[in-house]
Amino acid sequence: MGKVVAVTGNEAVANALRQADPDVCSLYPITPQTDIVQRFSSFVANGQVQTELLNAESEHSAMSAAIGAAAGGGRVITATSSQGLALMWEMLHIASGMNLPIIMPLVNRALSAPLNIHGDHSDGMGARDTGWVQLWSENAQEAYDNTIMAFRIGEHLEIRLPVMVCMDGFIVSHSIARMEYLGDDEVKNFIGPYQKVNPLLDLEHPKSFGPLILTDLYHEYKRLQHEIMGRVKNVVLQVSDEFAKQSGRKYGLFESYRLEDADIALVILNSAAGTSKDVIDELRDKGIKAGLLKPRLFRPFPYAEIGQALRHLKAVCVMDRADSFGGYGPMFMEISSALYQADGEGRRPKLINKIYGLGGRDYMPGDARKVLLELNEISKGAPLGAVKEYMGVRE
Amino acid sequence: METRELLKWSAQVKLREKSKQEERFEHGHRMCAGCGAPTVVKMVLMATEYPVVVSNATGCLEVSTCIQEFTAWKTPWIHTAFENAAATLSGAETMYRALLKKGKMPDNVKFIAFGGDGGTYDIGLQSLSGAMERGHDMLYVCYDNGAYMNTGIQRSSATPLGADTTTSPAGSANPAGKLQARKDLTRIMAAHGIYAAQASPSHWLDLMNKVKKAHQIKGAKFINIIAPCNRGWRTATDNSIELSRLAVETCYWPLYEIEDGKLKVTVVPEEKKPADQFFKLQGRFKHLYAPGNEGMLERIQAEIDRNWERLLKESDQAC
Repeated sequence: MGKVVAVTGNEAVANALRQADPDVCSLYPITPQTDIVQRFSSFVANGQVQTELLNAESEHSAMSAAIGAAAGGGRVITATSSQGLALMWEMLHIASGMNLPIIMPLVNRALSAPLNIHGDHSDGMGARDTGWVQLWSENAQEAYDNTIMAFRIGEHLEIRLPVMVCMDGFIVSHSIARMEYLGDDEVKNFIGPYQKVNPLLDLEHPKSFGPLILTDLYHEYKRLQHEIMGRVKNVVLQVSDEFAKQSGRKYGLFESYRLEDADIALVILNSAAGTSKDVIDELRDKGIKAGLLKPRLFRPFPYAEIGQALRHLKAVCVMDRADSFGGYGPMFMEISSALYQADGEGRRPKLINKIYGLGGRDYMPGDARKVLLELNEISKGAPLGAVKEYMGVRE
Repeated sequence: METRELLKWSAQVKLREKSKQEERFEHGHRMCAGCGAPTVVKMVLMATEYPVVVSNATGCLEVSTCIQEFTAWKTPWIHTAFENAAATLSGAETMYRALLKKGKMPDNVKFIAFGGDGGTYDIGLQSLSGAMERGHDMLYVCYDNGAYMNTGIQRSSATPLGADTTTSPAGSANPAGKLQARKDLTRIMAAHGIYAAQASPSHWLDLMNKVKKAHQIKGAKFINIIAPCNRGWRTATDNSIELSRLAVETCYWPLYEIEDGKLKVTVVPEEKKPADQFFKLQGRFKHLYAPGNEGMLERIQAEIDRNWERLLKESDQAC
């Protein structure tokens, strides 16, 4: 049975991991994720899970060990943030290249330099091309739900891919919020037993993992990864449908908020979407037809669906809590691509890009209001300024 | 393992018999003719009379033994990257314990990581240290050929003093080649409080005894094995065993083990040969015999002597 609780995002995710009862957890501490692996270590110490704990000496080794363990043939978790994910980068590609369904909460945090421990999306966006499935979460409830679903998605026999579950550092990871847990048995039944595929530890049928593949077949191998990624969307939808039956909470590839009849909209990830929804309600009361689209599945990116959902709008601002220096914000590039492809009838929204909230800078209702009012003017024909702009900068 | 049992086992080992044992590292791989590494791997696996899971660091051994659909490994084998053969294997070993606990695995499986000196002394040192400190039930074998041979003979921290490599070349401004002594990795590993040993394929029974003994010890073990590389050492393709024997007989590569903090020299050469006999066969030391490098060979000999004396002293104290 579900249980309503008031917990931090980290506690919620740690409990999802406990309920999944993985075979191996390899870990390394880093703010703001540390709380998750601390809690999980207590679960192990207190016999609440059967998991073998591996305290690695770095994130690179944590991911390497996760790969060795997952190749072995069992359920594996780890968790990280920021510099930790950056240090794992090499191994992220190897986890996905070997089709190993490692589940990893990523508590989003800024990247150094300068050093900053607070929440932004630079880490997750930097890992978008590593072949991992990425699910992004607005609050503790979504992070918990996504973590549970991640096991079903990653371990699905049609894809077998590692999954990163993202939530905002501190803003969600360390804030207490109301949410609902599923019962331990419910989660156990939902996730089901781990299904092995070609395990390294099958002694009777020895296998070689990680061969050298040169010019004659590497290209084909990567094409296969591309094809597998193409199957993820349906798996996510199927698992999310089943999850809705279990929990009553519905998830799609993204969330639309008052979008269908809107003229203007924000595209925004994670916690800032919640703040924006309040302001959208306020502007709706004033007769401004504002809406919001919050991506959930960022990799693979559902271009067609998102393009379709946005194409009727007059103006859209893509909000990025990360920058691709020398380029537009990473989300903006995706939305531009989605809309370019979606434009079948010679009409597409005016598009602007705001970089906000880097290094944990607060995103306040006033920020959302300012952007939406600017969009409102653009929708009425006001000239476009710079496409990409940092907002809320202290000059 | 009890010394008595080990002696009994050693007495029973006949190389001819061993050569008939089913090999888990097959012929047909693409290592260079004359390379010492495959011999080392064969000996290690021959002495491993259990099911074994192997992890391999990126390097010569890895790129030459599992290419596309071909593999020389008839035992579970995994390669992930360069610096993390130990971490990768520690993960596999942890999964093994998780499954063993649930009754899903037999209880006699051994875990061995193979890495070259680049992947072990240098880029993989942290990962190796971590895995050893955590006490995973695994054996890490470094096949030490004294440079990054796979990428074309670049200097590593295992490269001997005075060696000419492509990144420590002997030239007109620096006629000496590598200016630093080798890192003493075996001792660093012993400082983890684990079983650590040095071995050489020339002394196959000593090598296999050490592997056999390591497998009887629960926890992390490390064996450093010299593996001549004719490409990097600038030597002939038919003398890798001779070279590794000379390395032992000159005490350049002493054979010893450290167990429970006690050091034991396992092979004392009947006659300690001058280092020159080992060095002069190798093109990588050719420049040391040329004008401008006076005193280098003496310095190298002095280093070897000092180390050997220290080992003997410690070995005596332990007896």
